[in-house]
Amino acid sequence: MKKLFIEIGLIARFTGRFFTELFKPRFEFNEFLRQCFYIGNKSLPLVAITAFIMGLVITIQSRPTLVEFGAEAWLPKMVSVSLVREIAPVITALICAGKIGSGIGAELGSMKVTEQIDAMDVSGTNPYKFLVVTRVMGTTLMIPLLAVLADTVSLYGGYLGANIRGVVSWDLYWNQVFDTLVYGDVMPSIIKTFFFGFAIGIIGCYKGFNSNKGTEGVGQSANSAVVISSLLVFIIDLIAVQITDIFNLN
Amino acid sequence: MKDQKEHIATTDPETVISIRNLYKSFGDNKVLNGFDFDLKKGENVVVLGKSGSGKSVLIKCIIGLIQPDQGSINVLGDNVPDLNTTQLDEMRVKVGFLFQSNALYDSMTVRENLEFPLRRHWIHTSKEEVNELVMEVLRNVGLPHTVDMMPSELSGGMRKRIALARTLILKPEIILYDEPTTGLDPITGKEISNLMVDMQKKYNISSIIISHDLNCVKITANRVVMLIDGTCYATGTYEELERSTDSKVKQFFE
Repeated sequence: MKKLFIEIGLIARFTGRFFTELFKPRFEFNEFLRQCFYIGNKSLPLVAITAFIMGLVITIQSRPTLVEFGAEAWLPKMVSVSLVREIAPVITALICAGKIGSGIGAELGSMKVTEQIDAMDVSGTNPYKFLVVTRVMGTTLMIPLLAVLADTVSLYGGYLGANIRGVVSWDLYWNQVFDTLVYGDVMPSIIKTFFFGFAIGIIGCYKGFNSNKGTEGVGQSANSAVVISSLLVFIIDLIAVQITDIFNLN
Repeated sequence: MKDQKEHIATTDPETVISIRNLYKSFGDNKVLNGFDFDLKKGENVVVLGKSGSGKSVLIKCIIGLIQPDQGSINVLGDNVPDLNTTQLDEMRVKVGFLFQSNALYDSMTVRENLEFPLRRHWIHTSKEEVNELVMEVLRNVGLPHTVDMMPSELSGGMRKRIALARTLILKPEIILYDEPTTGLDPITGKEISNLMVDMQKKYNISSIIISHDLNCVKITANRVVMLIDGTCYATGTYEELERSTDSKVKQFFE
């Protein structure tokens, strides 16, 4: 228990340092753009494919229940709300926790054990700014964009799913989707993805930056980065749902 | 603090590094226990000691990567523990560091690795100048053809040479070598040792070399310092220490 609280304290201190370093020059703009490209572009196909399949599967799975209640016509409405509010953002965050979080943890971990971080320090570079701030900013800004993409692609998957057993015209499907979705559905789900992205970036960097015990430590860093950031995604999601519910934002 | 200032003020101008009363502990483990040391201009000093005796900690204290518990480290007129980040960066242009693991950036090509310290220290911003310097240091270490290769495509000896080239590119006055021949076969180790001596002569560099490879010590050392029990236990030329009758010194040369 004591170890857990120490770990939480260290993560809090690491996060505090992020905000201190964020506003201090020199700004590593080129590295930030490189990270945005890496995080956004390289994760795009995986997020798109997964979101499409999720949209398709959720629609196929939901159809029999709605048919039972004679509410098949509500299928696009129900599917679009659940995809946009919950499934697409969370699935995107979990994929990114696995792909990006572990990547950051392993990359920084191996840089730590091979003294590349020290080499950066003696080369006149603040390694925290160059490695941590750029990556955390990259995940914080790119994961919401990936979530928007996932929302869109999953709705296309939903359209295909609705037409596998039944017949829903293109116009009818999209009319129902856009009639149903309001800003109260879209905005809270996008806002929470900024927090997902921040959590994934900061945990990956924290674990990598504090890696030790050689190559074994690198593996542990990557693994625990995924586990902790995935758990944090669900905790943030729970808090976000409570907030939107309390303030009646939906 | 007064002692430290007096120490800095009285340092001989030919002395580029002067360390007095250096202490560093990790928990109960006293690694440096009142270490004293001087490095003269143009001198190659090898620090010899057992694994875990604090040799790497010593040079990391000199470059400012580790903060000592007590003592002064005067490098080219500045007391390192008192320097702020900007002053440390300025000092690190004049003091190069060759890491034991080479520490080449895996995600960058050889060219990008060599350009990195130049760009970060805001030196030679024109593209032509940077390219000229990169090719010059690569020619000096005998590897101009590797310029667009990735570190993963190079052998251990080649990586060591590239790491040395990256250290040399800033034309430092002092280089700190952390076990430069570790992990290399004896022939490559000898090549690297000879290269270090050549570079010292060419650029008039003063060096501290951490090593327990006696071949490397023999080739590179003008003077050897024995780091035992956290102190400067013995000092002298390789031949003098080799002939020593002290049991602690003798065991290194047997």
